[in-house]
Amino acid sequence: MERLEELVVKNVSHSFGFDDILKDINFKLEKGKVLSIVGPSGGGKTTLLHLCAHLLDLEEGQIQNNFKSSSYAFQEARLLPWKNVIDNISLGLKAKGIKREEREKEARKIALEFGLDKDDFEKFPKDLSGGMKQRVSFARAMVTKPSLLFLDEPFSALDIGLKKELQMMLIKTIEKENLSVLFITHDLMEAIKLSDEVLLLKAEPVGHIVKTFTYTLPQILRDDEFVYDQTAKLLLNRTIIETFELELK
Amino acid sequence: MKFIIKIIKDLPAYLWSGWGAIASIFLFIAFWDLGNQLYGNLVLPSPKETFSTLFTMLYAGTVWGDMILTITRAIYGFSISLLVGSFLGLISGLFLTASMMSRPIVTILVGMPPIAWIVLAMIWFGMSDMTVIFTVIVASFPIIFVGALQGTRTIEGELKEMADSFNLPFHMKLFDVYFPHIFSYIFPAWVSALGMSWKIVVMAELLSANDGIGAALAIARSQLDTPTALALVVIMIGTLLLIEYLILEPVKREVELWRD
Repeated sequence: MERLEELVVKNVSHSFGFDDILKDINFKLEKGKVLSIVGPSGGGKTTLLHLCAHLLDLEEGQIQNNFKSSSYAFQEARLLPWKNVIDNISLGLKAKGIKREEREKEARKIALEFGLDKDDFEKFPKDLSGGMKQRVSFARAMVTKPSLLFLDEPFSALDIGLKKELQMMLIKTIEKENLSVLFITHDLMEAIKLSDEVLLLKAEPVGHIVKTFTYTLPQILRDDEFVYDQTAKLLLNRTIIETFELELK
Repeated sequence: MKFIIKIIKDLPAYLWSGWGAIASIFLFIAFWDLGNQLYGNLVLPSPKETFSTLFTMLYAGTVWGDMILTITRAIYGFSISLLVGSFLGLISGLFLTASMMSRPIVTILVGMPPIAWIVLAMIWFGMSDMTVIFTVIVASFPIIFVGALQGTRTIEGELKEMADSFNLPFHMKLFDVYFPHIFSYIFPAWVSALGMSWKIVVMAELLSANDGIGAALAIARSQLDTPTALALVVIMIGTLLLIEYLILEPVKREVELWRD
């Protein structure tokens, strides 16, 4: 029997030296779902994501990742400056041992899908704009057809148009490929637009989850109005105000 | 392989861009001739006399032996620096303690004037090849060492993390992430160390050897043979220019295409 693809996080705590960062984190991400972790900056979100993606060693608790494959998109593009666009995109494929011809074909295809031009293929990252770099970074994460995608605020530095465009592409891929996403952000609206479940991570005194919100409407049907309504509702919530230390005067 | 082909393919365009350089060299020679007209043949022989002396020397053939000897010494010293300096620099870059400890030593090595090394080497090794080669090594070693050290120290944690997130196997981390970065630091260091070696080898020969370009220069000086001295200088500069602009520069342009 094929194992169920899921990510289970149980009683995870983490500290850097004497600094406690996370305490007793529990959640479960199922196949085809999008789970967001929302909280203010410096609340340990990135640490939690790194732990899930095995970029950090786990200290306490359990993380069970049964997903067949995963990839990671960072807040900054993190492209290799000495590789051109196509070589950057196909990096993950190269790591899997796919032959040059084939991986370049795949990379070209996805680059076009992500709105890059043929003229850009041979360019080095220094000649790309910030938005283009992020497209490349996204394409690099998606070209391996991961079953789980880790997103570390990848939209936060983008202008509104590009943000919407990439979000739409993500939503379509989620529908089409049954992709699962673990997404961290400090932007509530972004989380509401994309997620099936939103976890609220409070930083003080130690990072812990204070509340969970669930959204059942399919992402593709969520329009601006839905997002604004839901965000407005959340912003009236006492816990949210305290978590983000919002002073509504 | 693809790389070498690309370098050769881009060579004509690169050589074509050399016209500007040639024009400025000719301008320099014009000023040289002006200096000759002002100060006379003994102080500054004319370019014409210098080049005709140069061609006589090359034709007579004695100078070739000296050139080969000097180049061999420079290459020996430079290669040893290159291997040892790169290796030690890379290793020290990996360990924080080693890089901290090596800093003052490097400062001493860089700060010590080569002429002082020549004196010490003459005491230690006498008038031999070893004196010259040793001086070349100590003068070019710190440059390469520092280049390699900085190369390893400045690898970004962010790119390492990215490499981990894509599960890059070890050889890919090495060849796709670490080496290109380190190379971008170490290659310019090699180039400046080579220039340094070439200057130092002549100086060391002048003071401590009986043969080689430097020694020939010392003989020309003792005989007040200014045209020969200048012809030797032209040989030294010419060799350096050839190495620098025909070999190193085209390679550098290709490997650093991705840089700003």
